[in-house]
Amino acid sequence: MKRIEIRLSGSGGQGLVLAGIILAEAAVRDGLNAVQTQSYGPEARGGASKSEVVLSDLDIDYPKVIYPDILLAMTQEACDRYAADLQRDGILVVDGRMVVKLPAVQARVYRPEITNLAQERLGNRVVANMVALGFIVATTGVVSIDSLKSAVSDRVPRGTQELNLKAVEAGITEAVRWRENEREN
Amino acid sequence: MARVNTRTRFIQGNEACTEGALAAGMRFFAGYPITPSTEIAEILAERLPRVGGTFVQMEDEISSMAAVIGASLTGVKAMTATSGPGFSLKQENIGFAAFTEVPCVIVNVQRKGPSTGMPTSPAQGDVMQARWGTHGDHPVIALTPFSVLEAFTLTVEAFNLAEKYRVPVILLMDEVIAHMRERVELPGPEDLEIVDRRKPAVKPGEYYPYDVEEEDGVPPMAVFGEGYRFHVTGLYHDAMGYPATGNPRLADQLIRRLVRKIEGRVEELTMVDEVQTEDAKVVVVAYGSVARSAARAVRLAREEGYRVGLFRPKIIWPFPAPRVRKLAARVEGLIVTEMNMGQVFREVERAVQGMAKVDLVSRVDGELITPVEVLTAIKEVY
Amino acid sequence: MPTLTRQVSRGETGWEETGGKPGLLGYLRTGMMPHLWCPGCGHGIIMGAFLRAFDRLGWDQDETIIVSGIGCSSRVTGYLDFDTLHTTHGRALAFATGVKLANPKLNVIVLAGDGDLAAIGGNHLIHAARRNINITTICFNNNIYGMTSGQFSPVSPTGSWATTTPYGSIDRPFDLCELVRAAGGTYVARGTAYHVRSLTGLIEKALKHKGFSFVEALSQCPTYFGRRNQLHNAVDMLLWQKEHAVNVRAATRMDPEDLRDKILIGELYRSEAPEYTEEYARIREQVRQKAREGDLVQ
Repeated sequence: MKRIEIRLSGSGGQGLVLAGIILAEAAVRDGLNAVQTQSYGPEARGGASKSEVVLSDLDIDYPKVIYPDILLAMTQEACDRYAADLQRDGILVVDGRMVVKLPAVQARVYRPEITNLAQERLGNRVVANMVALGFIVATTGVVSIDSLKSAVSDRVPRGTQELNLKAVEAGITEAVRWRENEREN
Repeated sequence: MARVNTRTRFIQGNEACTEGALAAGMRFFAGYPITPSTEIAEILAERLPRVGGTFVQMEDEISSMAAVIGASLTGVKAMTATSGPGFSLKQENIGFAAFTEVPCVIVNVQRKGPSTGMPTSPAQGDVMQARWGTHGDHPVIALTPFSVLEAFTLTVEAFNLAEKYRVPVILLMDEVIAHMRERVELPGPEDLEIVDRRKPAVKPGEYYPYDVEEEDGVPPMAVFGEGYRFHVTGLYHDAMGYPATGNPRLADQLIRRLVRKIEGRVEELTMVDEVQTEDAKVVVVAYGSVARSAARAVRLAREEGYRVGLFRPKIIWPFPAPRVRKLAARVEGLIVTEMNMGQVFREVERAVQGMAKVDLVSRVDGELITPVEVLTAIKEVY
Repeated sequence: MPTLTRQVSRGETGWEETGGKPGLLGYLRTGMMPHLWCPGCGHGIIMGAFLRAFDRLGWDQDETIIVSGIGCSSRVTGYLDFDTLHTTHGRALAFATGVKLANPKLNVIVLAGDGDLAAIGGNHLIHAARRNINITTICFNNNIYGMTSGQFSPVSPTGSWATTTPYGSIDRPFDLCELVRAAGGTYVARGTAYHVRSLTGLIEKALKHKGFSFVEALSQCPTYFGRRNQLHNAVDMLLWQKEHAVNVRAATRMDPEDLRDKILIGELYRSEAPEYTEEYARIREQVRQKAREGDLVQ
């Protein structure tokens, strides 16, 4: 497996750092090497936030993402700032409601309404990060779904496992729906 | 190689540092919250009482350093953790520890300075402060990890060196390594060598706390409360530890012994990772997180046929000048890359003494130097 | 490796065996004498009061750690035959906190001056008091920085003269006892070098008290404070203490008008509150208990 770079971006409080950690832990369960880094402003809520994951079956030297193979943008601001970095023919996943203006990129673009799904299907927008993870993993196959689920169970606060796993499932279901749509079109 | 009792973990550099400290036998932590080192305090607040240790959040960084020294005098391995502004505040008491020869470990997770700077961004601007931050000549050791695993192993090493040489040891991390999570296999207790300070072999009454009979220049250290009734002072002192400020000969002997205790061991203390330097025409010198960018740049350059190597000091003070000099004798150029405006660069220049060309790739905008930036420099210099 | 040979020998600075001396001398490093305090200085009286109080308690010298800061009074640790720690300016209480927390069985005593405790180390004083950690602090208060030859301190009276108040001080002084009480200290007393017997009793009570105890001991500095403030010698200064100190019990029967320029001495405040090292020991026991019950994964 070559080096894969993933950037999860949005604003503080959306749980992207946690999502990055879980994605990387899932990769470790799959026997891969993984490095997760983050950058954030002084705000605990709001402000720009990004969480980066590098996966490889070799040693990982440079720990940061330069040209992401997979980019998640949960806000318009994040999309505007990072879309241009996307690797040619990379995968761009945006929150379809939050990101209304799509940049011109040569990439596969998905626009699931992540935050909305979390609110409507799970009754809690806090788990939008897990919906996003489910969607990304089901769409790209960077890690196995089993590893993702066990990483989620281990990492999220006790008592919230069920909710978070349901959110992951919702993301997976949504990915399947997108795939079917792709085939039809 | 068969590994015993290894544990695969996915953790941050800060967390690995706490694991290393606990494995080394650290049982006292005093600190004050400061980004990006705070996780160390938070984790130890939870862990230390479970192992019978003590955590205290003090009123500031000055008192944290003081409490660490006080605790160490009772025979406990003690540490503090901080970042730039807090490191500045600790300096006076770091000098006290160096001068009174009280073992302790200070973790400084470097962030972008000066002043409050950019609290969540990485930098390597405290290299010189680690060496010369406190006033007066003094001994100090500073180690600089480049991975989460090294945040563990070099923390263990920091305690070992502190105990062995009775000296404050600074673990000079940077924000990238501190906050980065990666897969590590932590060594188990069987794989670690743990050093404890040498206690006096003599009875109370026969103990000279600063008399150096040992060849290594390190006096044995008694424990407060065990009847030795010894005096510890930041004044120039005699063999009994009593003030001797009016005695130039004693002053000269004391400070020369203290500095030589560490500087005189530079070869023995040298810890360097050299990669593909044997046939190299140009060698990149890098440490901490930047060494990861440099490693990638060297690999990419090799793929394109450039004969380049990487020289990565894990110990930065005492600076491994003899090794740099040896390297300089057989290469054409050295490229120092660091997140400051040339603090190690000038040390390298000084060590090289004109035997090779030395260039600097520096980045001071709060972002990690990229492999491409190093690669570009390699091609320019080559 | 360089060969580092034995460099100094016993007695280099006049040190000699002091063991086996009778009475209070057994607590002193007599080889360190003469001390550096000026003739007429009150610090020796306060040191004597401390040693008498300590002796009365019969505590083990070997289980007692004495910590000081920087200044004339802080040189006291060099003269006392205990484990002694002469620290950086203002930080005595912070070092002492580390000693006490790391080994709560030790008696930890801080002897320091007004510059140390009220100015540069003021923050450590209020936080040690707030924690109610079992440390006894005796403040040798001579109203002046003596070691650096006579600058005003945060307890110098308004209008007093010092090298850095050449036109008289406009600074308002701290009442250290009120400060420590407000910060959470649980034993607060004040005495003077003149009222040495009473001071000894107050120090004894402070030592016995569990929690943060504080004794402000008024000392006299004829060399730097007295000379500049119309108190020409140590006798004048001790008489000033005699005339201006009023016992706190006697004060309750006095007209407030008569108390205006007086200083209250005696036990000013005493209360009980959880002691810090005991509280930490409780936390430690709690988490270990939980771990044994399997609620926590080690």
